[in-house]
Amino acid sequence: MRRVPQYVALLAYVAFLAFPLLWLLSTALKTPQEMALTEPTWIPREPTLANFTDAFGEQDLVGASVRSLVVALFASVITVVISLPAAYAMARYRGLVNKIAIGWVLVSQVFPFILIIIPLFMILRDLDLVNTLPGLVVVHVTFTLPFALWMLQGYVRAVPPELEEAAAVDGAGRVRSIVTVVAPLLAPGVVATLLFSFISSWNEFMFALVILQDPEVMTLPLTLVRFTGPEGVARLGPLAAASLMATIPSLIFFAIIQRRLKSGLMAGAVKG
Amino acid sequence: MTATATRPAPPRRPRARRRGISRQTREMWVLMLPALVPVLLFSVGPLLYGIGLAFTDARNTRVHETSFVGLENFGRLLTDDEFWSSFQIGAIWAVSVTVLQFLAALGLALLLNQKLRFSGLARVLSVVPWAMPPVVIGLMWKLVYHPDAGLLNDLLGTEVNWLADFSLALPAIIVVGIWAGMPQTTVVLLAGLQNVPKELYEAGEMDGAGTWRRFWSITLPQLRPIIVAITSLDFVWNINQFGLVYVLTQGGPGGRTRLPMLFAYEEAFRYRMAGYASMLGLAMAIVVLAVLGLYLWRQMREAK
Repeated sequence: MRRVPQYVALLAYVAFLAFPLLWLLSTALKTPQEMALTEPTWIPREPTLANFTDAFGEQDLVGASVRSLVVALFASVITVVISLPAAYAMARYRGLVNKIAIGWVLVSQVFPFILIIIPLFMILRDLDLVNTLPGLVVVHVTFTLPFALWMLQGYVRAVPPELEEAAAVDGAGRVRSIVTVVAPLLAPGVVATLLFSFISSWNEFMFALVILQDPEVMTLPLTLVRFTGPEGVARLGPLAAASLMATIPSLIFFAIIQRRLKSGLMAGAVKG
Repeated sequence: MTATATRPAPPRRPRARRRGISRQTREMWVLMLPALVPVLLFSVGPLLYGIGLAFTDARNTRVHETSFVGLENFGRLLTDDEFWSSFQIGAIWAVSVTVLQFLAALGLALLLNQKLRFSGLARVLSVVPWAMPPVVIGLMWKLVYHPDAGLLNDLLGTEVNWLADFSLALPAIIVVGIWAGMPQTTVVLLAGLQNVPKELYEAGEMDGAGTWRRFWSITLPQLRPIIVAITSLDFVWNINQFGLVYVLTQGGPGGRTRLPMLFAYEEAFRYRMAGYASMLGLAMAIVVLAVLGLYLWRQMREAK
């Protein structure tokens, strides 16, 4: 009985967290006629998937998804490939460089984006990379790098150096011991970092807003925002449907790392 | 085991003995290089360049002679009413979102730690906002706040245009900010709660401490380092917020939700005042560092 207040509180939290999501789902399944009713309905009377097909027809959503996918793939792979050796160095050799690198990871969190994005925009413009996807890839790699580095060096640190020594004693060369001993143990961490970088890029809005101005090169978040024109209520259905679809990659990502979240926030990355 | 043995035995390489620097240092630099180059070119470089721009009259156009103007931008900033109102809005937003987010997340984390029934559902739900792109969160809440087809007016029986109302727009986006940022904070606090040693609670119970007393004297002090860390991070993230509010209101109505980053964005990319916008960013960075430094310093002193 004394648990009643606790259940009431839990229910309130669930309601607060769930109701915008349910509303989004409900809006995505409604017909335009139902949307125009003065009394909005919770459960669509005639649920329809027409909004999803409509969404694909409008605003080049397919093109935008493909572009987002390409940018996110390139950005995440490049990020991991260039941060892996550095993360290895950070975890294995302690010294001044290591401290500077960690300091940079922290500083990059505090400084407002605007300070970086103005000069970055000017640099990219001089390189003729404004309004191009490679330009956005460069920016996404740079801004995901600090956290990816941080995550990866945590994973490297979790692999005992003794294993490498043992391999060396057995006559394996440096490269061979890394490939055969460290790499397999590191694989889950690399996958997690890859996914993290992919999602950061897929979701990213501000840099894309500055760098991509032509509708023909816009990524998914930008295209979604363009949906909310002055056209009014009729287009809310397709908008909701498209928003749901844009969330799918992140939901898959979080489903995969759920277990990790339960045991603390990126425990591998935080462990010093 | 000796100190040298903690490192993998290095295979010999012919180039290794050429210069005075140790082979290890050189190896470290080689490993660092691929990450270092883009960081220097596209991150450290631009940051320094940006700080430099703050002291010039740079315009964000191709044809403009940039010249050094010293602290002129800073003087302009101090007398710019629009900046001060934006700064004030940013402060209200960042402080209230951070504080409310923390309180809400602490409550939820405590509940989830109680092993109640259905807490699995709440646990999953509390992670969902984290998994959503900020743009989608913004669009979703636009649907909730929509004056005609929106849910909120229907629930409350009101006819308010929430995001276009001069006095309601800021509270409305603060609610969205709390919704969007609560999950991270909850997950972090929950992890902290689960690490509080059970013996402390048992000892407290034996000494006759009630639930409330145990919360104040055991839970809070034990959580303290985590609370300080997550509220600091939340504050920094909130004060630098851009995407969510850009999607919701674009800073409107009448600049009532124009956070400092939106103001800087407009200055830089609509009015092309690169120098002035850089000074704005620099000023914000200094304010954030000062607030953070003060907060961390006070917390550390109290912890002693």
